[in-house]
Amino acid sequence: MVLLTIMVGGSTQLSAQTKSKQAPVAKTKAVSAAVLANGKKVYTKYCLACHMADGGGVQNMNPPLIKTSYVLGNATKLIKVILNGMSEGVEIDGETYTNIMPPHGFLTDQEVADVLTYVRSSFGNKAPAIKVAEVKAARTAKK
Amino acid sequence: MKRKFLWPALLLSGAFLTLYAFKSISVLPTPDPDNAGLVLPQGFGALKVAETGAKPRHIVVTPQGTIYVKLARVKDNKGIMVLQENKDGKAQVTGGFGDYPGTGIYRKDGYLYTSSNTEVFRYKLNDKNEVIDPTKPEKIVTGLKMGRQHETKSLVLDNDGNVYVNIGVNSNSCQEQDRGLRSAGIPGCPLLDSMAGIWQFKKDKLNQSYGQGIRYASGLRNVVGLDWNQQNNQLFVMQHGRDNLNSSWPELYNEKESAELPAECLYALKKGDNAGWPFMYYDGVQNKKIVAPEYGGDKKKEADAKYLDPAVAFPAHTAPNGLLFYTGNMFPEKYKNGAFIAFHGSWNRAPEPQKGFFVVFQPFKDGKPVGKWEIFADNFAGSPEKAASGRVDHRPCGLAQGPDGSLYVTDDSKGTIYRIVYNKK
Repeated sequence: MVLLTIMVGGSTQLSAQTKSKQAPVAKTKAVSAAVLANGKKVYTKYCLACHMADGGGVQNMNPPLIKTSYVLGNATKLIKVILNGMSEGVEIDGETYTNIMPPHGFLTDQEVADVLTYVRSSFGNKAPAIKVAEVKAARTAKK
Repeated sequence: MKRKFLWPALLLSGAFLTLYAFKSISVLPTPDPDNAGLVLPQGFGALKVAETGAKPRHIVVTPQGTIYVKLARVKDNKGIMVLQENKDGKAQVTGGFGDYPGTGIYRKDGYLYTSSNTEVFRYKLNDKNEVIDPTKPEKIVTGLKMGRQHETKSLVLDNDGNVYVNIGVNSNSCQEQDRGLRSAGIPGCPLLDSMAGIWQFKKDKLNQSYGQGIRYASGLRNVVGLDWNQQNNQLFVMQHGRDNLNSSWPELYNEKESAELPAECLYALKKGDNAGWPFMYYDGVQNKKIVAPEYGGDKKKEADAKYLDPAVAFPAHTAPNGLLFYTGNMFPEKYKNGAFIAFHGSWNRAPEPQKGFFVVFQPFKDGKPVGKWEIFADNFAGSPEKAASGRVDHRPCGLAQGPDGSLYVTDDSKGTIYRIVYNKK
C-alpha cells in the first residue's frame, strides 16, 4: 500500500508535465523480459489495431499512448480504462479522440499488468511497472 | 538610318508578344516546381494554394474565385474560412464567419449551405457570390443526432429544391458493446431510426428536423463524400465501411482479411434504398454482400438480395471523404463527368500496411461508372513508407472544381489547400 502511494505520487508529478524530459523520480526498476514479452503479446492481439504498432494512435480517433498523462499517470485510473473501457468524450493533452474503447475485463489480472507494464516501458515511456495486485485491487474496487 | 528605325519597332512588338503570352499563361497558375509534392498523371501539375493552419474539410470555389472552406474545428472563433486567390494562384485568408465546427459546405442557386455537426444553415449570396450577412444565416435543419464518432453532416443539393444530409451512426456495427470482443448485434438495430442514412429536407424551410425530413436512404454507416450527378440527376455517396472484423471476431477473420474487408463502396441512391448496415457488409474480394458476424454471419453466408449493390467497390478502410463529379473543360476528355474521390487514408488495416491518402478517378459514362478506377493524385502521405505506417504528412478530404476546371483538394491534417491543373497543350 505504501508502495502504491509512492508510485501514484511520483506519477502524478510526471503527468503534470507530460511533454517535459523524464522527471528524476521515474527511476523504474528493470522489468523482466518475460513480463515485457507477454505484455507485447497482449498488446499485439488486443491493442495494436487501434493504438498502432508505434503506440501513436490515430489522429482524432484513437488516443496515442506516448507520454500522455493517462499512460504515465495514476495506475488505478489507467487499469480501469483497460477493465471498463472508455466511452465518454476524452481530451488528452489538448487533443480529442472520438472512438469508443471497449472494456477489456476479459483479460486476466496478469495480462492487464503485463500489457500496461509493456506500454509504460515502450514507445519512449518510462513509468513504473503495474503489479498484478494493483489490477486485482482495481477490479474489486467500485467502478 | 533604316536600322535605327527598325530596332524600337522590333522591341515594341517583342514586348507586345511577351505581354500577350504572359496574359494567356497567367490564366493558369504555374504549378509548384515539385507539383506540391504530389504524383500526378503526365500533363498535370499542382500547387499549394494556401497553408490554412486549420483543419479544412469540404470546400467551395465560386465562379469569381472566392474559396469557402468548412473547418472541422473553429479557428479564431470562425468555422468557415474565406480565401481570395492572387494572380499566381496563391491565396490568402480574407475573412471568416460561423462559430461552429463541421464538414459540409455547398453552393447552389444563390445560397451557400453549411453544416455544423447537428444543424444545417444557408447564407444568401450576392451576384458576386459573396455572403451578404455572415451573422444571420437561415437555420434550415436543426436537432440532428450526433455521437462521438461519425458526427459530421455532409450535404449536397439536387435540382428540385432539396438538400441531402448524411447522419452517420455513432457505432461501428451496432454491437451491444461497440467494437467489443465477440459482442452480438442489437436485434433490429434501433439506431437506424434516426442515424445511419441520408435524410432529405427542403432547402428553403426553416427549423426542419426528423419530423419534417424524409429518410431518403438507410443502412449507410457513415457518408462523408457525396455529390449530385447532373447527367442522370442522381445522388451518389461514398460509405465508410465497418471496422474491427479481426479484433471483434478473431476466430472468423485473421488480420489480413480484416485489413482487406469490407470494401469502401460508392452507391447510386434512389429514394428508399437500403445499403444494409449493420446487417451486412460488401466483400470486395468475393464481390458479394455478406452477413455481418454480429448478425449471424460466418464470412461466407450471403446477405438478403434486397440490399443495395454498390456501383463501385474500393479498397477497405481507405476512408473516402470527398466525392466530385467533374464537369469542367480544363482536363482531357476522359475526365468529363467522371468521379474524383478523395481517400483520407486508413487506420484499421494495422498491423497490415495502411492505405489511401490519394485522390482516385473513376470514369463515368451517361451517369454510370464504366471501367476501372485509377489513382489520380498520389503521395499526399509524403512517401510510400509514411503511407504504410499511417504517419503521413497530408490527408486529402474535400474536393471542389474551380471556375477554370482546376481541381481543388483540402488536407485536414496539416491544413494545406491544393490546386491541380492540366497544363499540356
